Amino acid sequence: MDLTLLLFIFVLAAFLGFELIAKVPSQLHTPLMSGSNAISGITVVGAILAVKTTADTASAWIGFAAIVLATINVVGGYMVTDRMLGMFKKKK
Amino acid sequence: MEHLVNLSYIAAAILFVFGIKMLGNASTARKGNQLSSFGMALAVVVTLLASDLNYALIVGALALGSAIGFVAAKRVQMTGMPELVALFNGFGGLASLLVGAAEYQRAHATINGSLLGKVVEATGIEAVDTFTAVVTVLAILIGGITFTGSIYAWGKLSGKLGGRALTFPGQKAFNALLALGIIGTGIAFALDPTGSIGYPMLIAVIVLSLALGAFAVMPIGGGDMPVVISLLNSCSGLAASAAGFVIGNNVLIVAGCLVGASGLILTVIMCKAMNRTLVNVLFSGFGATAQQSSGTSTGELKPISAEDAYYILEAAKSVVVIPGYGMAVAQAQHAVKELGELLEDNGCEMRYAIHPVAGRMPGHMNVLLAEADVPYEQLCEMDDVNPTIEMVDVAIVIGANDVVNPAAANDESSPIYGMPIIEAYKAKTTFCLKRGKGAGFSGLENTLFTAPNTRMLYGDAKATVTGLVTQFKDS
Repeated sequence: MDLTLLLFIFVLAAFLGFELIAKVPSQLHTPLMSGSNAISGITVVGAILAVKTTADTASAWIGFAAIVLATINVVGGYMVTDRMLGMFKKKK
Repeated sequence: MEHLVNLSYIAAAILFVFGIKMLGNASTARKGNQLSSFGMALAVVVTLLASDLNYALIVGALALGSAIGFVAAKRVQMTGMPELVALFNGFGGLASLLVGAAEYQRAHATINGSLLGKVVEATGIEAVDTFTAVVTVLAILIGGITFTGSIYAWGKLSGKLGGRALTFPGQKAFNALLALGIIGTGIAFALDPTGSIGYPMLIAVIVLSLALGAFAVMPIGGGDMPVVISLLNSCSGLAASAAGFVIGNNVLIVAGCLVGASGLILTVIMCKAMNRTLVNVLFSGFGATAQQSSGTSTGELKPISAEDAYYILEAAKSVVVIPGYGMAVAQAQHAVKELGELLEDNGCEMRYAIHPVAGRMPGHMNVLLAEADVPYEQLCEMDDVNPTIEMVDVAIVIGANDVVNPAAANDESSPIYGMPIIEAYKAKTTFCLKRGKGAGFSGLENTLFTAPNTRMLYGDAKATVTGLVTQFKDS
């Protein structure tokens, strides 16, 4: 893909990220952090694309390790965030 | 097919954006997290539609990773949350590093490996261009720092490596040398990625980045961990984004960058809450040695027995609990909540004042108190409590120290002068629960403890609070 287009996307996403959480109550800092941490596991997509039948053995296994690690990040991150948020209850 | 995949990536990115947005509001946070997990699932599923994938390996890896993540998330105690977040974060960083490495290895193998190699090289297909080489170095650099930095932070948080800041002579020069080494080897790699020195240079970048991550976190003390963790979180996003540039994948770039930017904002919020710059937090070695404040306190510490404390609390109409890392260490949150309920039944207004950097990660205290079923409405931010603190009958400081140190407001020579604090010293009476007479994380003398209206309750926080609860129940 066109390099400048990729950079363009990157810059816009950066501004969007800054705007998104300008005002978040401090109560939610931990869930916000661990929730966004789970999103950074998106690198799993890149890892999957590295494990091709046409790839050499070494890169396939490096990709394998990357998938495992990124999946731990994704699954664990989302679940732990959900668990925390489940505890933030309103008074009955 | 390619259109379907790319459209799905756009949908996933939108779900991430809404997910993060909704995480910023208590009533929608849980749904936001679910939305973003749908986005992730969508991105992964459409990626599996790509051709030539080795499904046996991929599905095996996904299953293995899911199982490990599932068990870790289910089993973790809420007090162990900062460590787990750090650990997950480190894995994400390492994954991005490996994506960069795998991509290069594949190109390298294609070029140098087979008989086809020479043909490929001649036609220039699959060769690594300079841009790809640069972003590969970036993915490896950021991912590597994130990995070892997070692992070191995990070690500090879990007490395996000691919480204090570790400094040695020439540390800054050493770290600068590491950084220069990365730049040097990185440039050497990018100039000729497919040449004979390409691979050794890339390995050098990997090794040096891993070393830098650990050495960079080493001089940062436990109390500054909220800043470090949110910064590392930001880095793991940027690493994913860099990996996205390596393989030219939109969704990695967008999602990674969103995380990078939002993590950076959170980092800035943490720094502001301590009235320090990020540079100061990262490089000053704050808390490594006990620092001498000019205003040495002359007052004496006045202990109080649990019984007397009970009588004062029994008569109180307004109580504020100010928790700190000590409450997490003593695991006193359940006892504290029980005391809070008894006080409420006694007709007392109960609140919890939470400093933004109390604990070891952003929002640490909120998670612990929420786990103990403290109603969300009673958790107050610093700025909401301070204006009314003079009306508070009793402020109970549980395992907090620097965040209530009046020196931050009064003593211009104090290293923490200017840091916003919860003004517990203005309450009518202040109880400080403390294990011993030692100084806080910054090593500073806390004049709150010797203030005229302060009474010290020595001992394990959990035992002390349980003692107070028993007094209430017996009477």
